[in-house]
Amino acid sequence: MGGWAFHILNGLTFAALLFIVASGFTLIFGLLRIVNLAHGALYLAGGYIGYTVAATLGAGFFLGCIAAMASVALAGFVLDQGLLRFVRGFELRQVLLTLGVAFIINDMLLVVFGGDTFTMPAPAILRGAININGLFYPKYRLFVLGLGVVMFILLWLLLYKTRLGALIRAGVDDREMIEAMGINIRRIFLLTFMLGSAFAGLGGAVGGAFLTLYPSADAEILVFSLAVVIIGGCGSLVGAAVGAVMVGLLNSIGQVMFPEFAYFVIFGPMALILAFRPLGLFGRAA
Amino acid sequence: MTGLLASSRAARLGGLAVLIGALAFALVPLVAPTYQVSIFTEILIFAVLAMAVDILAGYTGRTPLCHGAIFGVATYVTIYWHTNVSEHLVLAMAAGVVAATLVAAVFALLAIRTSGVYFLLLTLALGMIVWGVCLRWTAVTGGENGLRGSLRPGAIADHVHFYYVVFAVAAVVAFAMWRFVRSSFGLTLRGIRDSESRMRALGYNVSLHLFVAFTVSGFFAGIAGALYALFNEFASPSTVALSQSVEGLLMAVAGGIGTLFGAFIGAGVVIGLENFASLYTERWMSVLGLMFVLTMIFAPEGILGRVRDLLSRGRH
Repeated sequence: MGGWAFHILNGLTFAALLFIVASGFTLIFGLLRIVNLAHGALYLAGGYIGYTVAATLGAGFFLGCIAAMASVALAGFVLDQGLLRFVRGFELRQVLLTLGVAFIINDMLLVVFGGDTFTMPAPAILRGAININGLFYPKYRLFVLGLGVVMFILLWLLLYKTRLGALIRAGVDDREMIEAMGINIRRIFLLTFMLGSAFAGLGGAVGGAFLTLYPSADAEILVFSLAVVIIGGCGSLVGAAVGAVMVGLLNSIGQVMFPEFAYFVIFGPMALILAFRPLGLFGRAA
Repeated sequence: MTGLLASSRAARLGGLAVLIGALAFALVPLVAPTYQVSIFTEILIFAVLAMAVDILAGYTGRTPLCHGAIFGVATYVTIYWHTNVSEHLVLAMAAGVVAATLVAAVFALLAIRTSGVYFLLLTLALGMIVWGVCLRWTAVTGGENGLRGSLRPGAIADHVHFYYVVFAVAAVVAFAMWRFVRSSFGLTLRGIRDSESRMRALGYNVSLHLFVAFTVSGFFAGIAGALYALFNEFASPSTVALSQSVEGLLMAVAGGIGTLFGAFIGAGVVIGLENFASLYTERWMSVLGLMFVLTMIFAPEGILGRVRDLLSRGRH
């Protein structure tokens, strides 16, 4: 029984990490209708930057996370202002452009950091395990679980309880009206894009401590995030949370029961859901 | 009436271009040294893949990001079959094509209800699953080490002989695809691309049409993959990776979405650039990514699309 509790906790902590990454993805899609396939690459970049600041420069875990968020948010700024502005309004071209950007970022990361595996150092207070009813579980992973929950609450409050959130949601539905009110919607959208990117960076730094960082980690996290948003419905915060929990649990159960087909175990339920709801559990037509 | 004349003139021009292109490809081995012949072999194989992508992206209005994986399944199965089941080459290739078609059919069942960006994301995720399986199912796929086999029998071991085999297959397959997109079935696909709701209202079974289009497209991608097994005699997770799907799509886009034979130009440009770039740098992924970014910004309608645009603008 203790074994299953352990696997379920593993699934939930992985789900929390997936939520952190996928919420950024879904935020950008839901509000800006941009599918940013460079999100996985931004995750990996954030991880490497976090590692460099935390371990190589010795600034510690939390500064590493902040550095990862800040620099990836900056990368998001450059991506939005430097490239995406040329294809605004063309959904498919935007997606494919970000895919090209993903290839470039990954390749450049390979040049700078090589093919080695890095592990982000966890902070001292989060090292070791905690005893829950006789089950020893790593403190760090519980911290990630908590972080995921806190982020969900904060994001929900931001979107549904603040003026900024109201402006963002209104801007999605009726951009002209918001502009007519004298509000610079472009700037709000840009901020959203940077915020979503920052979550990818944060995910990289946080995930780098237990998933480790290596050249193809970006593709793996991207496909997990896609599974999350496909199941949950693109653009839905609640969907991202539900999707993350499902994918996280399925993945950890799959790894125990069918180690060679862990990928496959997510695929079955995803197929089933799509058969009934092509836009995902919480998706609505654009 | 003038429109009809103009379109028949365009058709004649197109036919002439195809004839010249085919002739050029037929003459390649007579003028090019061995190494270049193998590059042209690769171009022909990938042109088949790009045409398969174009059936969906150009003629059905669904942009897939999983065709590299479908292609790679055929490569894997062909090599596996040849090494472990039977030495009969044609059987092995047939097994590869059948496997690819089946994978495409399963993908189609899942993907046809979505469209636009959702379709792209879903096919991307499906393709990545194939990659994950090839990477992890070590007992069958050899994991990172991949599968190696020596498939080409003596008769086509020679570069030039092999080139002509691939040329013949590519020509037949290209003709088949051309017939397919020009058939009445192909016309309904274009109808779906332009207005799904109208086709539904006219009584067409849109889902069934999309399913068939996807599966047929996967079948052709499988043929390309089986040929690639002969060409490369090696399959690894990178054969089914996202970059392969991206390359296939880039070839279709660069050639011009909705211009079936543009795939040959697209494949030529992408593989030519790959070989040219590899002389100077190992950063092929960056070059590929950059090509994608620049194409999306400057030439989303591709090379042939551009030409066709200019021609039609000249007429007005």
